[in-house]
Amino acid sequence: MEKQTEKLTIKTHLSAPSEVDINSLPSKLEVKNLRLSYGKDEALKGIDLVIPEKRVTAFIGPSGCGKSTLLRCFNRMNDLVDSCTITGEILLDGDNIYKPGIDVAELRRQIGMVFQKPNPFPKSIYENVAYGLRLQGVNDRRTLDEVVEQSLRGAALWDEVKDRLNDNAFGLSGGQQQRLVIARAIAIEPEVLLLDEPASALDPISTLKIEELINDLKEQYTIVIVTHNMQQAARVSDQTAFLYMGELIEYADTNTLFTTPAKKQTEDYITGRYG
Amino acid sequence: MKQWFRSGTPWIWLTGGAVTISIVMVVGLLSLIAVRGLSHFWPGNVAEVEITNFRTGEVSSVMGEIVRSETITATLAREGGNPIDEGQDLVTRYLFKQGNRDQLGTDFVWHFGNTMETVNYPQGAFVVERREWGNFYGFPVALMTDGLITVTADDEAFPAQLSVALERAISRANEQRQIERREVGRINTAMERIRLELRGMELQGSDEAQVAARRAELEQQTAALDAEYDVLRQQMDALQQERRRDALVMRMTDGREVTLNLSTIIAITQPNDMSLMAKFGQYFAKIWEFLTTEPREANTEGGIFPAIFGTITMVFIMSIMVTPFGILAAIYLREYAKQGPLTRIIRISVYNLAGVPSIVFGVFGLGFFVYFLGGNIDRIFYEAALPSPTYGTPGLFWASLTLALLTLPVVIVSTEEGLARIPSTVRQGSLALGATKSETLWRVVVPLATPGMMTGLILAIARAAGEVAPLMLVGVVKLAPNLPVDGEFPFIHLERKIMHLGFHIFDVGFQSPNVEASRPLVYATALVLVLLIVMLNLTAISIRNRLREKYRSDSD
Repeated sequence: MEKQTEKLTIKTHLSAPSEVDINSLPSKLEVKNLRLSYGKDEALKGIDLVIPEKRVTAFIGPSGCGKSTLLRCFNRMNDLVDSCTITGEILLDGDNIYKPGIDVAELRRQIGMVFQKPNPFPKSIYENVAYGLRLQGVNDRRTLDEVVEQSLRGAALWDEVKDRLNDNAFGLSGGQQQRLVIARAIAIEPEVLLLDEPASALDPISTLKIEELINDLKEQYTIVIVTHNMQQAARVSDQTAFLYMGELIEYADTNTLFTTPAKKQTEDYITGRYG
Repeated sequence: MKQWFRSGTPWIWLTGGAVTISIVMVVGLLSLIAVRGLSHFWPGNVAEVEITNFRTGEVSSVMGEIVRSETITATLAREGGNPIDEGQDLVTRYLFKQGNRDQLGTDFVWHFGNTMETVNYPQGAFVVERREWGNFYGFPVALMTDGLITVTADDEAFPAQLSVALERAISRANEQRQIERREVGRINTAMERIRLELRGMELQGSDEAQVAARRAELEQQTAALDAEYDVLRQQMDALQQERRRDALVMRMTDGREVTLNLSTIIAITQPNDMSLMAKFGQYFAKIWEFLTTEPREANTEGGIFPAIFGTITMVFIMSIMVTPFGILAAIYLREYAKQGPLTRIIRISVYNLAGVPSIVFGVFGLGFFVYFLGGNIDRIFYEAALPSPTYGTPGLFWASLTLALLTLPVVIVSTEEGLARIPSTVRQGSLALGATKSETLWRVVVPLATPGMMTGLILAIARAAGEVAPLMLVGVVKLAPNLPVDGEFPFIHLERKIMHLGFHIFDVGFQSPNVEASRPLVYATALVLVLLIVMLNLTAISIRNRLREKYRSDSD
């Protein structure tokens, strides 16, 4: 019953366009003239973007357009690449996350991330979810139990794994592993959740489950999702950004972008003329 | 033909043939060692043969086990001064293990087949295993106590009385050994400690009055120990005397009678009277004895237990040292070091270290560990014992350390490979949850890399257990009086010298005074060494497989 209404909302959301001015919404993240280059190759050429709070923002674009790179800027995962240089600012609640002296580990606790391929740790299901808390020094069994259950419920995985929490996480299916990874990310209660093509390695049914989950999660979290799949972007997101060759071509309310794109390049892309 | 070449069949034959040859070689090697080594323990029948001397025409008889035979050309035999009939091209000769070295001078002797009458296997022949001089072959005559004959061999009560007397002698011998080992050993250790303390006080030159008081105290202790020793001495003398009371009179095949004191005898068997089952029982008892007792008679008799124990202890200590060290080094090289020319040079140097001949490590171990480190340790901590060195001499610890150095590259390389195989997504997953680099490393990456580390350890063990050359320089000896582990504090004595299976093979095979007696022991010891390495490896491999199962991931 619940599921049906969910699908219904998605549908109505698609069929009844409601113009929303993105700039009028409360913003969570703000990208200001962000430039990023790997060695001499410029991957992002001056991006300006506002991501509103507690909504789903999708990045679409052909391979190599810089959408994953942009996503990884939000939790500074690009720091791990030696040759990477970044200029510009990203503001989280008004504070620049590239300000010198910022605690990157702390930032990553606020901005969680889920990757394209499920990457559970070689531990039990329970320990996977408890990992983030243990890092913060939480070892009280009762607290952990509670958080693990909550997170697994939040990731719609609890009913499937509640009897085998101590089994190795590698024993789960790909879709379950991806939901476990989401549970792991929300266990430390981040403010923002970055999803990097979270369903691209999954079968259609698992994909559907993840999409439903995203819809549930946006009540609590600001979600940014990168996807190859335009239908998926249309189904799950509130606003969509189209990137091409490291530039932000168009950023608008999802309905608007998919029904009446303002730019020629966007229209070509969403109608399948390239990419 | 061309068609056949193009079909690729020749490649299958070529590659398959290579595999076959390898398998044949390995199986051949193992079976040669196994057959030669294991057949040594079989209780062979005792043969008695009449031999006619060519030159004198005299007839003598020889008694013993026929160990092997070979066929040589008649010319060769003639050159050796043996008149062989004209027209005969080949002659067969037999090697007798006639024992009785104390009486006959040699315990192995060759005889030509054509000089021998029919071989018979007399009932009632005794094989007497002795503590010294090797086996004695002969017929029992009588049992004596205090120089008087108590029972003759044809008496019905003889076998029972003999076994009672022998058991008594052996148990007395064991008691005596216990006292020597445990009690006297304890007293000696205590005396040595006192001596060292006195010497230490002399060297320090502390307060006169205090020294005098302490000296008096120690002298009192020494006196007490001396008294204790005297009591033990008496006990041992009594046991010794009791042991010496009984003797066995034996007749050799040439008719001479020899009296063997029971205290010199370890076991008596009658292989000619044994059933097949009894022989099997004896066979396994001999193998067990070989594995669990100490060597005798310059390593040509007895067992190899100290060598087995020494090898295992050394490999164990080496593993404890090389594993953490190698793993830490590998983690730094792979995870923290900036990957540049310097790191490359270091890595190449480490890899090349694996190719350095092992004897070079031995020389390094002797020069650096033994003389430099050991010498300094002695100067600082064991000054009182000088000039006799404690750590400044080859020993277990230095041998293990040298081998750890030798196997370090293997562990580093395997660990690095293990670390490199871990998918970057797993690291990123941890970092994205707010873990720092070191938290990610210790909580996620290192556990995942443990199978790689175990692989390194397996290779290290395989290499270390079989290494001989460097050990001769840094701590392995032909015969070690004590095991490195015993009941005396601190229980594991890292400074002691050890015996080692690999070196034992070399020693028994090439340094032995009695070539024929030691030949089968070379094979038997080699077999034990191979089995030991296989066992160590299997243990490590099973641990690794369990870890692999535990940390299995899709990316593997």
